Amino acid sequence: MLDRKPPQSLTPEEQKRRRKRSLALALTLGALVLLFYVVTIAKLGPGVLQRPM
Amino acid sequence: MPKPSGEEPTLLRPSGLVPAFRKFVMSPMSNSLVEPQVESLATAGLSQGDVSDFFALLKPRVMFLVVFTALVGMVVSHPDVHPVVAFVSLLMIAVGGGASGALNMWWDADIDAVMTRTRKRPIPAGKIQPGEALAFGVTLAFGSVIILGLASNWLAAGLLAFTIFFYVVIYSMWLKRSTPQNIVIGGAAGALPPIVAQAAVTGHVAWDSVVLFAIIFMWTPPHFWALALVKSSDYERAGIPMMPNVAGPDSTRFQILAYTILLAPLGLAPVALGFGGLAYAIMALIGGFGMLALAVQVYRLRQGEPAMRVAQQLFGFSILYLFLLFATLLVEHGFGFFRPVFR
Repeated sequence: MLDRKPPQSLTPEEQKRRRKRSLALALTLGALVLLFYVVTIAKLGPGVLQRPM
Repeated sequence: MPKPSGEEPTLLRPSGLVPAFRKFVMSPMSNSLVEPQVESLATAGLSQGDVSDFFALLKPRVMFLVVFTALVGMVVSHPDVHPVVAFVSLLMIAVGGGASGALNMWWDADIDAVMTRTRKRPIPAGKIQPGEALAFGVTLAFGSVIILGLASNWLAAGLLAFTIFFYVVIYSMWLKRSTPQNIVIGGAAGALPPIVAQAAVTGHVAWDSVVLFAIIFMWTPPHFWALALVKSSDYERAGIPMMPNVAGPDSTRFQILAYTILLAPLGLAPVALGFGGLAYAIMALIGGFGMLALAVQVYRLRQGEPAMRVAQQLFGFSILYLFLLFATLLVEHGFGFFRPVFR
């Protein structure tokens, strides 16, 4: 186990930094979703709708 | 009953990752280096890093150079590729470059801590723990290679993976601490982005991107050795065998001149191959003479403040030189200003 401080011991500054890291991670994940979507459309084009029956 | 933190196995502690891993791949020089300041902070266990610290791990200035040279590698290829694919490829090359930077900072945290130029980097400054930087770098490295492969092709992804491997393992872990030829051979990693970019948008590697690779490769020694002349005491303190510390300043000055004599005509190779236009030819000629003039000055002035000043000037001018060469190619090919020298 890592020797972590309990969450309640976070200073306001540490909490602020953690929030910013979480936000950056969320934005990165959102950007990845968007990236995969856009690349799929760009590579397949209209073919994205042509599915085998 | 929980164990006291001091009894944890070394590998499980973030601070233990660096020394433990070095037992497997390390140069003898590493033993003599000062331990990084991160040891004490790592025991806190809590991430102290701000988003900007993680961004700093990516070496944004190096990343800019990677993006810029990769973009030129793409533009001179005149690819028939969807702009989204080209953009995502460029983004992944940038992220791969950033991952290399983060892994380099993880590995070199001990020497960064003793050099004035690097002691404020996130790990030696205690803002980010080594284990965090390692996880961050590895995640970005794998992510960038896989996404590049999916978005463009696996030749480009393989080349990007090779670039990251070369920079992190061959240069950072092996050459940097073991030979004064470190930046000469390691320079190949910094020179590869145009080749990766061309492969990403065309599916193959052609001569034009190989020539761009050669220019960056040949530019690296005069650029870094000019800096090493100025910062030789820094490198000495960190135990890095840079050329001025091993072969001496005079030999380094001679080698700077020799590489510059090769670089100046090589800068004109794009003109000979037909993808460097009139503006590029003029820029390469003027810039090449500028580099040569400064390299001669560095060779001649060997003592005191003037010697340091001219080495600093060569370092600064070398950045401008490379930037102007690539920017001119970008303008010629990207904005329709190409005027051939030979018809």
